Amino acid sequence: MKQFTGFLRKEFLHIFRDPRTMVIIFLLPIVQLLLFGKVINNDLQDSKIGIFDQSHDNTTREITSKLLSSGYFLLGAELLPGDDVEDVFRKGKVKMIVTFGPEFEKSLERDGHADVQLLADASDPNTARILTNYASGIINDYVKKEKLQNIQLPNQINTEVRMLYNEGLKSVYMFVPGIMAMILMLISAMMTSISISREKEMGTMEVLLASPLKPIQIILGKVTPYLLLSFINTLTIILLGVFVFGVPIKGSFIFLMAESFLFILMALSLGILISTVAPNQMVAMFISVLALMLPTILLSGFIFPIKNMPWPLQILSHAMPPRWFIVIIRNIMLKGTGIMFVWKETLILMFMTFVFIALSIKNFKIRLE
Amino acid sequence: MEKVIEVRHLVKKFGSFTANDNLNFDVYQGEIFGFLGANGAGKTTAMRILCGLSSPTSGEVKVSGYDIYKETEKIKRNIGYMSQKFSLYEDLTIAENIRFFSGIYGITPKNRKAKQEVLLKNLDIESSKDSLIGSLPLGWKQKLAFSVAIFHDPKIVFLDEPTSGVDPITRRKFWDLIYEATDRGITVFVTTHYMDEAEYCNRVSIMNDGRIEALDTPENLKKKYSAKNMDEVFLKIAR
Repeated sequence: MKQFTGFLRKEFLHIFRDPRTMVIIFLLPIVQLLLFGKVINNDLQDSKIGIFDQSHDNTTREITSKLLSSGYFLLGAELLPGDDVEDVFRKGKVKMIVTFGPEFEKSLERDGHADVQLLADASDPNTARILTNYASGIINDYVKKEKLQNIQLPNQINTEVRMLYNEGLKSVYMFVPGIMAMILMLISAMMTSISISREKEMGTMEVLLASPLKPIQIILGKVTPYLLLSFINTLTIILLGVFVFGVPIKGSFIFLMAESFLFILMALSLGILISTVAPNQMVAMFISVLALMLPTILLSGFIFPIKNMPWPLQILSHAMPPRWFIVIIRNIMLKGTGIMFVWKETLILMFMTFVFIALSIKNFKIRLE
Repeated sequence: MEKVIEVRHLVKKFGSFTANDNLNFDVYQGEIFGFLGANGAGKTTAMRILCGLSSPTSGEVKVSGYDIYKETEKIKRNIGYMSQKFSLYEDLTIAENIRFFSGIYGITPKNRKAKQEVLLKNLDIESSKDSLIGSLPLGWKQKLAFSVAIFHDPKIVFLDEPTSGVDPITRRKFWDLIYEATDRGITVFVTTHYMDEAEYCNRVSIMNDGRIEALDTPENLKKKYSAKNMDEVFLKIAR
C-alpha cells in the first residue's frame, strides 16, 4: 500500500509539473463547454431581415411587428419598390426578405387568401431553413389567431406541436452530454495512454517492471490519478451545464454519476490498450486523436444525427462508445429515465470495457514474453 | 565463491528466431561481469531474462539463489536495474526520484534520509538536491541513475550499456562508482560496446549470434587469442 501511495504521489507530480497536461485537464473542459454552449449556437437570435411591404395596411403592419417582436428577427432593411433584392442580399445586410403582395388585407378578406413571399439567403442552408420555418410559423400563427377566429372552416385539423424534453429546442442540451463524452475520452483515454507510453519511451517502464512492483500495481498507479481527475471533470461539466446553461437533471444524480463512472472505466481501459500498442508518446497521441477524438465528434451523434449518415458510417457508429454514453446521459438528464430504459446501452459499455481490458492483458503478456 | 547467477541451457526463441542459444554461465558474488556482443547478438535479451522482464523458452536460471520461473518477486527485491536511457524521471527533482524509488523497494523514510545524505555527499551534489533531473548535465544523470539503482543495496545490479553517449572522462568516473559498489559486495553485471571498459571487468563473456563464444578474464582472453587488447579479441570472435 505504501508502495502504491508513493507511486500516486509521483504520478500527481508528473501531472502538476506539466503545463500542457494541466491545461488539458483543467481548462479544456470548461473552455470546450462554454465554446459549444455559447458560441456555436444553433439557435437563432436577432437575425436581420428585410421587409418589402407593397400594401402597407393593418395586417401587414401587425405581422411585421409580430415578426420583429419575436426575438428571432431584427429589421435590417426596409425595401421600396424598385429596390434590387439581390443587391440587398449581396451587401449581406439581411438573411431573409419578407415580401407582402399588394392589397394584402383586402385579398385576405375578399378571397380568403393572400401572398407572402419569404426569400432567404441559402448560402448558409441551415440558417435559411430555420429562418423560413420560424417566419412562416409566426405568420401562420397570426393569421389563425387574428383572422380566422370567427370563420368556421369545415373539418379543420389543427396540429399542435410540443417539443418534449427540450421545449426551447436549446442546442446546449445536446452539447452537454456530447462534450462530457469527448472530455472524458480525451482525459481518460488519451492522457492515460500518453502517460504510460511516456514511461516506455523514457526507459523508466523497464526499471519499474524490474522492480518489486507488480504490473497490475503499475497500471493501477498510472490510471488512478486520471480516474480521479475525470471524475472531477464530470462534476464540473454537469455543474456548468446545470447552473450556466440551465440543463436539467431529471433523473437520479447518483445513477448519472454511476454511468459516468462506467464510461470513465471504459475510456481508461481503452487508454491502457492504446499504450500497449504505442511505442512512444507521439504514436499514442496520434492513435488517440485519430481513433478517439474524431470519431467521438463525428460519429457519435453528438453533432451530426446518426440517422442521416450513409449506412456504412451508421454501422461504424455502433462501435463508438460515446454513442451509447450520449444516449444514456440524454435519457437520464433530459427524460429522467432509470436503468430500465438504458440497460442495453449500459451493457454495451460494460462489454466494451471488458473487451479492452482483455485485449490489453493479452498485449501486455506478449510484450513480456 | 558464492554463485549469484547460475544459467544452464538457457534458450530464448522469438518465433523461429533463436535469440539465446543454449547459454551456460555463472556469475560470482562481488565480481564485475562484462557481457559483450555486437548489436543483435542477444545480450539484451539474456539480460532481460535475468531481470525477470522476459521469460525463457527453456533452461534453468537462478538469480541470487532464486528460481527465475517461480520466484520472480524475490529476485526483483534483490536486483537493481539501469536501462540504456537514464531511468530517472526528468520532471522530478533528485530528492523526489530517490523518494519514489525508495518507496518501491520499501525503504523506510528514516533510512532513506540517512542514505540520501551519503549519496549526495558522495556525488558532491548536495546543493542540487531540489533540482529537476532534466536540468542536470548528462554525466551527473548517469551517475545518479546508477546510485539510485543500487540505493536499496541489491545483491546484483544490471547495467544495460550504462555509458553509451558519454565522454571518456565521465565514463572513467562512472567506473569509479562501479568499483565502489563492488567494494560494498554488490555484483555488477554490465553490457557494453566499449572495449576499454571490457578491460575493467573481472570476467567477460562475448556473445555472437545468440551463443557465448568466449568467457574468461580479459587477461586470459588476450592470451588465448594472442591479441594486444580486448578490441582485437572481440573482432576475432565476432567475425
